[in-house]
Amino acid sequence: MSDATTLFEKVWTEHVVVPETAETPAVIYIDLHLIHEVTTPQAFSLLRERGLAVRRPDLTLATMDHSTPTTPVASFRDLAVVGESAANQIRQMEDNCRDFGIDLYGFGSEHRGIVHVIGPELGASQPGKTIVCGDSHTSTHGAFGALAFGIGTTEVGHVLATQCLLQRKPKSLAVNVSGRLAAGVTAKDVILAIIGEIGVDGGTGHVIEYRGDAIRALDMESRMTICNMSIEAGARAGLIGPDDTTIDYLARRPRVPQGDAWESAVRRWRSLCSDDDAEFDRTVSIDASALQPMVTFGTNPGMVVGVNDPVPDASDASFRKALDYMQVTPGKPMSENPVDVVFVGSCTNGRLSDLQQAAGILEGRKVADGVRMLVVPGSQQIKRQAEELGLHRIFADAGAEWRESGCSMCLGMNGDTVPSGQLSVSTSNRNFEGRQGIGARTVLASPATAAASAVTGRVTDPRKLT
Amino acid sequence: MDALTTLRSRTVVLPVRDIDTDQIIPARFLTTTTREGLGEALFHDLRYDQDGAERADFALNDPATRGCEILVAGNNFGCGSSREHAPWALLDYGFKAVVSTEFADIFRNNSLKNGLLPIIVDVDTHEWLMANPGVELSIDVETSRLELPDGRAIEYPIDAFARYCLTQGIDQLGYLLQQSDAIATFEETRPWKP
Repeated sequence: MSDATTLFEKVWTEHVVVPETAETPAVIYIDLHLIHEVTTPQAFSLLRERGLAVRRPDLTLATMDHSTPTTPVASFRDLAVVGESAANQIRQMEDNCRDFGIDLYGFGSEHRGIVHVIGPELGASQPGKTIVCGDSHTSTHGAFGALAFGIGTTEVGHVLATQCLLQRKPKSLAVNVSGRLAAGVTAKDVILAIIGEIGVDGGTGHVIEYRGDAIRALDMESRMTICNMSIEAGARAGLIGPDDTTIDYLARRPRVPQGDAWESAVRRWRSLCSDDDAEFDRTVSIDASALQPMVTFGTNPGMVVGVNDPVPDASDASFRKALDYMQVTPGKPMSENPVDVVFVGSCTNGRLSDLQQAAGILEGRKVADGVRMLVVPGSQQIKRQAEELGLHRIFADAGAEWRESGCSMCLGMNGDTVPSGQLSVSTSNRNFEGRQGIGARTVLASPATAAASAVTGRVTDPRKLT
Repeated sequence: MDALTTLRSRTVVLPVRDIDTDQIIPARFLTTTTREGLGEALFHDLRYDQDGAERADFALNDPATRGCEILVAGNNFGCGSSREHAPWALLDYGFKAVVSTEFADIFRNNSLKNGLLPIIVDVDTHEWLMANPGVELSIDVETSRLELPDGRAIEYPIDAFARYCLTQGIDQLGYLLQQSDAIATFEETRPWKP
């Protein structure tokens, strides 16, 4: 057995406060705790009941994104939260952050946005950190070479009170992605293909490291799209070794170390990579050059097919149930299905380059009659940047709705929902039954595929419109 | 958290794999700020049609399943969202254990922290349980054993610390708080600060 270690093992080892034994899990230190309004109220209540303080408010970053409205308003003061319980939840978040001394990027903050968008945007998500959040898409921050994973509300309470978690060490899974992506094929298509290959439980109990020249060639926003959906393969986390792309992205962001501290941080970050002869518990290889734009046809993100390929068939009851729900016919490609709603946004694909991808298709074109298209920037910063580039006018001219930032139609808990029975092409991460609204039928796709589908009114290969 | 040492109950079976936490409790019920009263929202859109009427073909709506404390479900139960509202809803409804061939990591963690026991069994046992809904099972949490109606006992895997907390009815925060000296030392001596 060599001493060579993986990136995951290096980050893990650096954060062990108390080593694990047969009787007790390891105590792992958390460098960044992201919190939002939906999964924290019960954790703060526990702290109040026990008279506990937040140990490190300075390592806690708070925003509101899930139940916040995205209807366009002139001022944040006009934002009308949908439903009394959501309004109450938002008030509690404001009270909890104030009472426990946590800075909140709330309504009115120019930095508010989806928690997994603003962490990187502020430069808080950095290589080598341990990052957690009461949200499964925390895996997003692994794009920076951080060990980032979702936790439940009880564990949110643990981190608030102790800045630590009790954890058993997961296994490691290398996903090697090689070759050059064809034009019109994006990071979203890559991760959908990976989930299709290993299955929605293929990563259970594992931390994935995405490796290979196809991953190295991706920009940071694309890497975030890949790592974001690690949880959709069941993985505990997904990460990518930091390189020049990572460091260039982080340079000059508000929350990175400054001056000499930046230089020393960069030296440390450059040492964070899996050793050449490090052993992974499992390895999977994907040829990126063979991929085409991918879409889902069923009710989990592993039920995925090339946009022009026939939907597969299987006899088991769960598979049949999914096809019945989706009203999809085996043997026919998804590209024959008419579209009612198109959603561009979410922590998976709500960043500036995603909006540019969609705008590139929509420029000079119109959203098809009868199709509703929502474009929801991932953060208020992205909204501002997109407006500086004039993207909002492209969307508006095409007939799409340009919204305030938030999770929106990804999970439909803020009033933005897909009506029952309607088919939605969505750049989000989950096509579960009812995820976007009761009876909603979701097809996951890249921003380019979503925009092309909005234009034609059918699920469409974006390469046909370029 | 109540201590869970033994459990004897009939099963209710959901013969579907990859049941995600959105199906266990849809997101629109997540605006609550408490843990209580979520049983009514459990499997809401599978249990009720859009007019609010019970769906006759859903197992939980069969009067014979009332009072069952053990749920048997398909592979990869609890995948998707990290919402702890999923085990809260299952517990509030009355379930104390879920049996499957595999659980999603976060759901499994969340369940153990709330006194809901996730039991992993082999494929053959699982197939038999799926084909025979309503059988009575006995679970001894202390010895991690599941006893089938024919008297055969299966040992299921469970983390030793989680089992200790379950059987004692204690939560894990107390243990973590006892580590505060080690945590303070770690914060002071680590080579770089976040």
